[in-house]
Amino acid sequence: MTDSPYEHHAYDVLIIGAGGAGLRAAIEAQQRGLKVGIITKSLLGKAHTVMAEGGIAAAMGNISEEDNWMVHFRDTMRGGKYLNNNRMAELHAKESPDRVWELEQWGALFDRTKDGKILQRDFGGHRYARLAHVGDRTGLELIRTLQQKVVSMGTDVFMECKVLKLVHDDGGRIAGCVAYWRATGEFVTFEAKTVIIATGGVGKSWKFTSNSWEGTGDGHAMALWAGAKLIDMECIQFHPTGMVWPLSVRGLLVTEGVRGDGGVLLNSEGKRFMFNYVPEMFRAETADTEEEGDKWYDDHSAGRRPAELLPRDEVARAINTEVKAGRGSPHGGVYLDIASRRTPEYIRRRLPSMYHQFMELAGVDITKEPMEIGPTCHYIMGGVQVVADTAATSVPGLFAAGEAAGGLHGANRLGGNSLSDLVVFGRRAGKGAAEYIEAGDVATSFNMEEAEAAVKEALDPFDRDEGENPYTIQHDLQEMMQELVGIIRNGPELEEAKGKLDVFAERVKNIAVKGGRAYNPGWNLATDLPSMLTVSRSTALAASLRKESRGGHTREDYPNPDPEFAKFNFAISNEGGNWDSPISAAESPLLPMPDELKALLEEAY
Amino acid sequence: MADVTMRIWRGDATGGDFENYTIAQNEGEVVLDVIHRIQATEAPDLACRWNCKAGKCGSCSAEINGKPRLMCMTRMDQLPEGPVTVTPMKAFPIIRDLVTDVSFNFEMAKRVPALLPPPMPEGGYRMFQQDVERGQEFRKCIECFLCQDVCHVIRDHEENKANYAGPRFFIRYAELEMHPLDTNDRRELLKEEMGLGYCNITKCCTEVCPEHIHITDNAIIPLKERVVDADYDPVAWLGRKIRRRTKKTAAEASVQPAP
Repeated sequence: MTDSPYEHHAYDVLIIGAGGAGLRAAIEAQQRGLKVGIITKSLLGKAHTVMAEGGIAAAMGNISEEDNWMVHFRDTMRGGKYLNNNRMAELHAKESPDRVWELEQWGALFDRTKDGKILQRDFGGHRYARLAHVGDRTGLELIRTLQQKVVSMGTDVFMECKVLKLVHDDGGRIAGCVAYWRATGEFVTFEAKTVIIATGGVGKSWKFTSNSWEGTGDGHAMALWAGAKLIDMECIQFHPTGMVWPLSVRGLLVTEGVRGDGGVLLNSEGKRFMFNYVPEMFRAETADTEEEGDKWYDDHSAGRRPAELLPRDEVARAINTEVKAGRGSPHGGVYLDIASRRTPEYIRRRLPSMYHQFMELAGVDITKEPMEIGPTCHYIMGGVQVVADTAATSVPGLFAAGEAAGGLHGANRLGGNSLSDLVVFGRRAGKGAAEYIEAGDVATSFNMEEAEAAVKEALDPFDRDEGENPYTIQHDLQEMMQELVGIIRNGPELEEAKGKLDVFAERVKNIAVKGGRAYNPGWNLATDLPSMLTVSRSTALAASLRKESRGGHTREDYPNPDPEFAKFNFAISNEGGNWDSPISAAESPLLPMPDELKALLEEAY
Repeated sequence: MADVTMRIWRGDATGGDFENYTIAQNEGEVVLDVIHRIQATEAPDLACRWNCKAGKCGSCSAEINGKPRLMCMTRMDQLPEGPVTVTPMKAFPIIRDLVTDVSFNFEMAKRVPALLPPPMPEGGYRMFQQDVERGQEFRKCIECFLCQDVCHVIRDHEENKANYAGPRFFIRYAELEMHPLDTNDRRELLKEEMGLGYCNITKCCTEVCPEHIHITDNAIIPLKERVVDADYDPVAWLGRKIRRRTKKTAAEASVQPAP
């Protein structure tokens, strides 16, 4: 084992992140006989996966027998505006039912149909009722199930341990990472034959977000610094329904399940405005009138789906337009009304945590009054570029899965496709790592100098007596990203954002931290800021280059999709290996689509 | 709005004391908002644990005015006028300020015998809503460990921890014991090693549960009955097993062909 000046551990497979993807990867690798370690910034079971509400998409066909992987594939590609990695979309659609059934074998208790099968619910962009769920707390069920499985297998979990940087061997392969314990501030090195990035998203760089403090893009950033590429970083999902009032909960998620279960969006004039915003691409499958849409809830053959269930990017943009046109609610959102459409008993049974959340945090009884909602930064479609089948990045030994990986969702993710993404590609990453190890060409050394440099950089803020408060920098960054790289973008503002990000980089180099190293949140934030800046810069750069509007990337100066831009992803790379080294973007052609998949997309509705 | 005074315990395992912070507050805020404002301004090193700020992850447990609560779900405007006291959970060792070492719970989790279901039939298991609902109530648990914190068996008796699972894990055991597919039997373990008998059903755990799980009535009391039944009256136990929709009959149902 490597001689390290710090506490040191060695693993075959080291997983960074203990959400759904990380835990599923751990199970797979350990079942293949490998020594597995999981590192998480928080306690086990607290990852952002718990916030997923509506369900996990899998074409099991329990409600609609017509459903199958081919329809799910098509829905995913259309929802992603064809920017997706088609092989990922294929694997995801094919494998998600098995991953759901497997969760049940490990103890998950999904809601049931009358004949005892797993109940599935309707969601935006999914042609059939496809989301297996547990009320509106499906993410909690998923993480708890995987967590309990991991615990029963005896996997090593390093909790409240923050990874600073990946470490290579002399041949450029991944050899592990360097981290510190939050509780003590002591450093620790991990050498590993493979590292799986499963660190989730980046939403904390925006002011109004559904993401927790953890969503700082650590995995995105570390992979980029280590030599991997990031794709689709301009594609950010603003979930249409976040809470807007009180301010303290602004951005908190309101599940799409409210609309799936009959809730409608109303403007200040009381009009169901979504019917005015049906794009051509979805017209054939969307109801023409409110009456037709309402029939669909009871009987999917009696009408087409209501316009409220368009994909999230369409709904978020429509809400934004209504508010700008002066038809918003008092606190700058619109109304989401289920009270006038379903009985209080139904609402409390189907949406218990939404009931709870509004009652306790906003003093609103959703069985009696409409909710005030507006778009919130929720999810990044972009992420580390990987090979679909193995989750391997371009750096030998480095893998990525879940929200940290890019490709599956293209320019826009359908609700419910995230939880299934975690388990399908978490498993594939574990398998990919195992196969890489089996092939034998693994790291032969551990570059301690890389680790030492990261440690020194992490400690620098303690040596500055005068310097900036990391909280102030984070606050200013969030304000700036919300204003200039938000839901609707334009060229001059993106250029302005890029300039401002350079200034932020200088500010980050001047952070001063007060207090000691033991459980010091100010210091912890100081070590998160380089990641936040890296992902913010990647998003601003890719957004400035994509001169069109597509999915989760909307340009007011280029309001339409441009077929030329549908041929490639922007792939970001970093020259220099550090957070403040320059980044650049190149066009990375989309994976050619096999004819049999093309045929699925061309099928008429 | 008027400023508020927060009395926050600061220190570590070696000791500590209260510090007062007088700070602005806004309409609709929760305790965690005010703690965050203190961090961002006066005390960047004030340690507290949090993640989702939505009552879903169970990270920000503390004692507010002496009562175990989630800081993210406690609205400032619902606390009495005057200073607000925030202290770390008492049942666990202090790491720093409001952060405690909750590893006891993760150790207890390791001792739970896992679900043991029959092989899955083609097309998935069949289970019925009324059978999964009992377990679903317990699976709402967000592992905030407030029930563990308030439980007097361990709150004031560190020595009991080695042999006492606590309310959080009693609902976990109850969930598994009531699981329609489970074939494991954990009753002996509950009695001999998990200290089920120590609980004298004062319902403190139920009172503090932010998920409103009926920990005592729906989990602990039925578990106690099962353990007692197994010990003293096998015939009555068997009778009840058959009359109720038990996990065994449901497991059999699960392998029947689809209707």
